[in-house]
Amino acid sequence: METRELTCIGCPMGCPLTVELNQKEVVSVTGNTCKRGEVYAKKEVTNPTRIVTSSVMVEGGNLAAVSVKTKEDIPKEKIFDCMKALKGVKVQAPVHIGDVIVKNVADTGVDMVATKNITSLS
Amino acid sequence: MYDVVIIGAGVSGSASARELSRYRLKVCVVEKEEDVCCGTSKANSGIVHAGFDAPSGSLMAKLNVEGNQRMEALSKELDFHFKKNGSLVVCLQEEEMPNLQALYERGVANGVKDLRIIGREELVQLEPNISDEAVAALYAPTGGIVCPFGMNIAFAENAAANGVEFQFDTEVTGFEKKGENWIVKTNQGNIETRYIVNAAGVYADVFHNMVSEKKIHITPRRGDYCLLDRATEGFVTHTIFQLPGKQGKGVLVSPTVHGNTLVGPTAIDIDNKEGTNTTQEGIDELIRKGGATVKDLPIRQVITSFAGLRAHEEGHEFIIGEVEGAKGFIDCAGIESPGLTSAPAIGRMIADIVKDLTKAEPNPDFVGTRKGILNPKTLKKEERAALIKEKPEYGNIICRCEMISEGEIMDAINRPLGAKSLDGVKRRTRAGMGRCQAGFCSPRTIEILARERGVEASEITKSGGNSKIIAGINKDSI
Amino acid sequence: MLNYDIVIAGGGPAGLAAAISAKRNGAQSILVIERDKELGGILNQCIHNGFGLHTFQEELTGPEYAERFIRQLLEEKIEYKLNTMVLDISEEKKITAMNREEGILEIQAKAVILAMGCRERSRGALNIPGYRPAGIYSAGTAQRLVNMEGYLPGREVVILGSGDIGLIMARRMTLEGAKVKVVAELLPYSGGLKRNIVQCLDDFGIPLKLSHTVVDIDGKERVKGITLAQVDENRRPIPGTEEHYTCDTLLLSCGLIPENEISRALGVEISPVTSGPLVNECLETNVEGVFACGNVLHVHDLVDFVSQEATAAGKHAAEYVLHGKAKGGKDIPIQAVEGARYTVPKTINPERMDEKHTVRFRVGDVYKNCFVSVYLDNERIIHKKRPVVAPGEMEEVVLTKEQLMSHSGLSQITVKIEEA
Repeated sequence: METRELTCIGCPMGCPLTVELNQKEVVSVTGNTCKRGEVYAKKEVTNPTRIVTSSVMVEGGNLAAVSVKTKEDIPKEKIFDCMKALKGVKVQAPVHIGDVIVKNVADTGVDMVATKNITSLS
Repeated sequence: MYDVVIIGAGVSGSASARELSRYRLKVCVVEKEEDVCCGTSKANSGIVHAGFDAPSGSLMAKLNVEGNQRMEALSKELDFHFKKNGSLVVCLQEEEMPNLQALYERGVANGVKDLRIIGREELVQLEPNISDEAVAALYAPTGGIVCPFGMNIAFAENAAANGVEFQFDTEVTGFEKKGENWIVKTNQGNIETRYIVNAAGVYADVFHNMVSEKKIHITPRRGDYCLLDRATEGFVTHTIFQLPGKQGKGVLVSPTVHGNTLVGPTAIDIDNKEGTNTTQEGIDELIRKGGATVKDLPIRQVITSFAGLRAHEEGHEFIIGEVEGAKGFIDCAGIESPGLTSAPAIGRMIADIVKDLTKAEPNPDFVGTRKGILNPKTLKKEERAALIKEKPEYGNIICRCEMISEGEIMDAINRPLGAKSLDGVKRRTRAGMGRCQAGFCSPRTIEILARERGVEASEITKSGGNSKIIAGINKDSI
Repeated sequence: MLNYDIVIAGGGPAGLAAAISAKRNGAQSILVIERDKELGGILNQCIHNGFGLHTFQEELTGPEYAERFIRQLLEEKIEYKLNTMVLDISEEKKITAMNREEGILEIQAKAVILAMGCRERSRGALNIPGYRPAGIYSAGTAQRLVNMEGYLPGREVVILGSGDIGLIMARRMTLEGAKVKVVAELLPYSGGLKRNIVQCLDDFGIPLKLSHTVVDIDGKERVKGITLAQVDENRRPIPGTEEHYTCDTLLLSCGLIPENEISRALGVEISPVTSGPLVNECLETNVEGVFACGNVLHVHDLVDFVSQEATAAGKHAAEYVLHGKAKGGKDIPIQAVEGARYTVPKTINPERMDEKHTVRFRVGDVYKNCFVSVYLDNERIIHKKRPVVAPGEMEEVVLTKEQLMSHSGLSQITVKIEEA
């Protein structure tokens, strides 16, 4: 039996959660004051995911850089692989919100997309 | 081969350079920092003292009164900010009135004009926020305030315009005699010169002691200051000193020429000649003492605190003159308060000494006036509009706290002895000097500096040396 | 002289929403004046996600959130000027502005909406002792350098202040290759969202030191290190608790201050609590026809609330332009006491108000298991149980016209926190 300590992110309360795990099965969640805590804890210990945001440089645009994000959340342990995949990436203006910047970033099956419109200088 | 090498581009060195440029002399100023006005001259009260403080008969008293009398005309010739706002030495206890009287008498003996002691009633009229404890004050209408950067930079620019050379990032490491001449050894190589002026501020003792057996000792005396937001403009209009007495020496509360309120300085003797760090105790002391002479000092409006080092020589007297046993080596040492006020007179005195030694001829091409950076806010609306039409950069505000345009910043960078760093731009234009302390404008100023100087943004520093603002580019280490 | 119905100072989230709303409520000619090179304000550098859950029921990044409003602004054919600085606004609503192309502009407006946002508290205002080397940045300055210009301001970082910007920057700097050594917070609690503490600090093993502050900065040219110390209940450093951290960067995330220099010069009365204008329920200041919204009014936690507030300001400004100042009724003051620090609005006129009005406020401390209460004179009309309220999050209560009208002789509304 393994236990994990978490802080609930559902509200400012920030309940300290204790999750008991048997292999990868959640046995119990304690410390939460509402249902949201339990849902969060289960997800966080079995399949924690995050949206990753960054920015990459643009050539020939009205701005130097364009902000990007993973189109969906990716496994938490892939965050740094995702950043490595962005290293040295440069895109050509124009860029539109939603344009794919890196396809299937770090083999997550998720694309990195632009979150800002950049117009071309020419 | 130079006629004169001046060590230090602070206000004394720069004033000396400017006065020497009146003569046919080849002059070079060497400065260890990247810019003029980087030591004691950049962090002080900015006060033009009337001259009642220094002991009668001292060189300090003489040069103070002389400098004070020169200041107004000089500020017009060299286009820097000066205001004769008058100063008040406030007496908080009836029994200390004799001290106030003594100060008055010393002032009169020193030749300070229009001095008088005023009672509480008149004091309150002059300064409505004066402390309820104040019983009387010594009023010196000739006291004033000056922009210390502005004055230093003006001297240096005018000197440069009249042919004086400036070498920055040049640190003097020693001296050698070569016949009648001196070799000034620096980290940038040797410089040969006939005369040396030692205007090295807190380091003047180090250089003096290299050439003289008669040692001097300069103690860096740290002064912490708090600068309050321009929103406090008008809180006081005169420079307010506290009469030194049983409670010790107070701190001054003064307007600055730009509308801020300045509180300070402390006086803490230290060993480290680079120790310009503020301390909690120092700031606490200012907060405690600043409120002695005025009611409800708006100390919460502080936008920055800083510390400067006064070059305190044990005899508390300016040491100006050729060093005994070191022919051609001229000290300009121990220049602490009222050094800023005295600078115009110090410059003249140094120039006179060198002139007498060299029998130099006047420089027929000398131009004694200089135009500062154009401040568009001083223009009429139509003039400002015309300026923007001609140079659109004047329509682009970069520093929103002080409303400084790209045009002013470009002028600061591109003029002779122009700004190379963020602090250089700040001291010349006030961009970054306001209430957000460069939070908004620094990325933009970096961009302008890089563009105008033709370097990468990553090369731009806060104040030269290793003070780079940007450490690298994103992801360069992953 | 140019003429507009409404001039809006600021093209960030508040200015955008106010402009769109004013147009949709009948104002004909509207001008948005923005000092930066693009619309969207500070959202452009907030490239993290988490914006728009209330407004769009989805999680957007800052630039995406801004883009949705910019698109509406363009669809409404609202005029705007970029790279333009408002220099002055007179009581007669004459605006003086300046830019490169047009020089000095004079614009006569019938109504003005203040939407200039806020600035960060600087190192100087915090009285942090030590040297003044390069390497000290407000979190927002660092955010602009990293997110919009691609520059890393430093490699080894200490952050003072655990507000959301500080937390977000801890993660951003970490992801871009810097080592964030610690986040220190003067208060015994963080002003940031729990989600940000978990996802920006815990995810990367960055320690959060509560009740700590920076007591010294070392380094003459570039930051070499800083000293942290624990503080007592009066927020004074405790001698003997000093810890040195080597680092080349100190980021400061120590609070935001509404930028009301122009408002003050115009004669707008400013609240000493919020540093923003005192407004009535129309979000109108004491200067008739001058409205305020967004972070210039009071610092918000969520941009969604900025958009809501600005939408209301735009509507009221349009009504003012079309119909003049609504007459009749009485402005009832709202006082914030016992835990509630302030309210926006400061007064409410039951006759003039809409059917419902949301009053926003912040609390001064963390309260658990408490009640948010509203009194009409001595009658308690709202007693809402809250498991926790904290200074970092904005609170709201909704008042109805019916409640206020039916309370005869109403002279005072009170908002307070009551402990259970």
